[in-house]
Amino acid sequence: MTTRIDARFAKLKDEGRPALVTYFMGGDPDYATSLKIMKAMPGAGTDVIELGMPFSDPMADGPAIQAAGLRSLKGGQTLAKTVQMVRDFRVDDNETPIVMMGYYNPIYIYGVERFLQEAGEVGVDGLIVVDLPPEMDEELCVPALRAGINFIRLATPTTDEKRLPKVLENTSGFVYYVSMNGITGSALANTGDVTEAVKRIKSHTDLPVCVGFGVKTAEQARVIGASADGVVVGTAIVNAVANVLGPDGQMTADPADAVATLISGLAQGVRQARLAHAG
Amino acid sequence: MNKPIEPNSFRTGPDEQGMFGIFGGRFVAETLMPLILDLQQHWDEAKTDPEFQAELKSLSTYYAGRPSKLYFAEGLTRHLGGAKIYLKREDLNHTGSHKINNCLGQILLAKRMGKTRIIAETGAGQHGVASATVSARFNLPCVVYMGATDVERQKPNVFRMKLLGAQVNPVSAGHGTLKDAMNEALRDWVTNVHDTYYLIGTAAGPHPYPEMVRDFQAVIGTEAREQIQEQEGRLPDAIIAAVGGGSNAIGLFHPFLDDRDVRIIGVEAGGRGLDGVEHCASMSAGQPGVLHGNRTYLLQDKDGQIIEGHSISAGLDYPGVGPEHSFLRDTKRVEYMPILDDEALEAFQLTTRVEGIIPALESAHAIAQAVKLAPTMGKDQVIIVNLSGRGDKDVHTVAGMMGMEI
Repeated sequence: MTTRIDARFAKLKDEGRPALVTYFMGGDPDYATSLKIMKAMPGAGTDVIELGMPFSDPMADGPAIQAAGLRSLKGGQTLAKTVQMVRDFRVDDNETPIVMMGYYNPIYIYGVERFLQEAGEVGVDGLIVVDLPPEMDEELCVPALRAGINFIRLATPTTDEKRLPKVLENTSGFVYYVSMNGITGSALANTGDVTEAVKRIKSHTDLPVCVGFGVKTAEQARVIGASADGVVVGTAIVNAVANVLGPDGQMTADPADAVATLISGLAQGVRQARLAHAG
Repeated sequence: MNKPIEPNSFRTGPDEQGMFGIFGGRFVAETLMPLILDLQQHWDEAKTDPEFQAELKSLSTYYAGRPSKLYFAEGLTRHLGGAKIYLKREDLNHTGSHKINNCLGQILLAKRMGKTRIIAETGAGQHGVASATVSARFNLPCVVYMGATDVERQKPNVFRMKLLGAQVNPVSAGHGTLKDAMNEALRDWVTNVHDTYYLIGTAAGPHPYPEMVRDFQAVIGTEAREQIQEQEGRLPDAIIAAVGGGSNAIGLFHPFLDDRDVRIIGVEAGGRGLDGVEHCASMSAGQPGVLHGNRTYLLQDKDGQIIEGHSISAGLDYPGVGPEHSFLRDTKRVEYMPILDDEALEAFQLTTRVEGIIPALESAHAIAQAVKLAPTMGKDQVIIVNLSGRGDKDVHTVAGMMGMEI
């Protein structure tokens, strides 16, 4: 079965450029605005969408994504609504891959089988669940694969040669390489180290390798994209939303426009990533 | 009295995956997994290493002051007019609570692993103080994460930690309590995984912490079991401890789990009552979920978002509980009951007046349960209550509750 994720990475391979993967928090600052942001993404240059599922206690996230999650929850977002968001998005886009990203507890409470069935129906392509390492595969990863949904695993600088095969074993769609030990939104790691790590992972798998955590600018996207199959940007997008919210949460400009402007710049970055090689 | 013989011991958990039944596990980010596996390997080796055990034993004896006494509380017993009440005096340990037992064990493990920086979370500050203490003793830098609300209500302990050379980082997220401190400690750990040892203070978190912390605290129950047999010539009829994360409770309970005639009661923080959200009784009013590396009973809404609880006692102000307690709840080996803020406060004052012992507010919850239970029991019966810590740190809070200024 060729999934939307597979198809998208195959197409980009033909184009000779890395994917721009953009994360945003579902429901931030409210459902309607957030859906508008999501719908603006592909046109602005996003290749793969990461849809954040808010959680009250996001232990791998920095202050920006923590705050976004709290805004979203305050705005009434629930897991059911985040699933609904995909349904609403798919009305006029059936090609852009959507990966839902978050923490396990809301899915566990929703019910794993119910969640996977609904996610499959509305057109979710993959899942990234931060607090489910390979040791806990029976919880969600294995059922997701059975339901035809990719389970995208995080590999990190602490994932050594010995452990890498275990991490890759049930991974599908792509591999998400976390560029540094730390939380989202930290400073970008040494790009030379990242290039080495991507090479190392690629020697173990044919899956595309995307790099995230710390990429904020078009220039960084260009540099990382020279070796990676995709560049993930999250905190910068969440900040673009936060920056147009006033102290009481009122919008001082259109968050969807702010995000689209940012993504257009990043998209130029990834499109220049391989020019040196092509050229 | 012929009870059916139960085939399984309650003391065999966790399994190799770190599970106590459906509870426990290793729900952490990939960055932490290699370290957690490394920790497990070192812990497995240390458990059976005579040298490690000897060093721990020596520190426990000469530095922490073990064994702690099992004290017959004559004043409380007379006042309540029922079962004899014994207090396991963990308040007399160095640093004033049971927390030192675990900290000594883990700091030796941190050293063994070659880690050069210690981080810890704290609620009431007892674990923070114990962590700062062992870090000072072993000359390691220590960073303690503490909720901003708790920093405010546990000022004496904050100052103690600073005196001991620790850096106290207030956490203002959420309600600024233990849960938020633990989130922030996990974020620090994931960032500084190469040199940092996370000294978790309670029997919760990813495997092997719940097992390891329990084993370091089980000295409480092991001693109490021997002491009561020396002093009373038999096992107790009931044992009681307060449960926040649940380390003092599992430490007392574990050696008694297979003594089926001993009634075991864990006391949760009932706060202002279980009707609303102002309590921390995760096992009485919550449901199983996944937080801070393990599956356990949690206070949460129907969307799986964690609810901030409330307790007068900062050490019990946590919306979860150690996974082994969840297992013992579901298997019904241990009964878990809530005690309200007001009941704990009364027990605090009672113990202070009739025993001349100022208990920690956490421990006062356990005493409050004994206050309810003892009068219903015979004078020849025996209750052991874990007096997990001393209450000097709580005098500001208690004064506030009593409408006094000091």
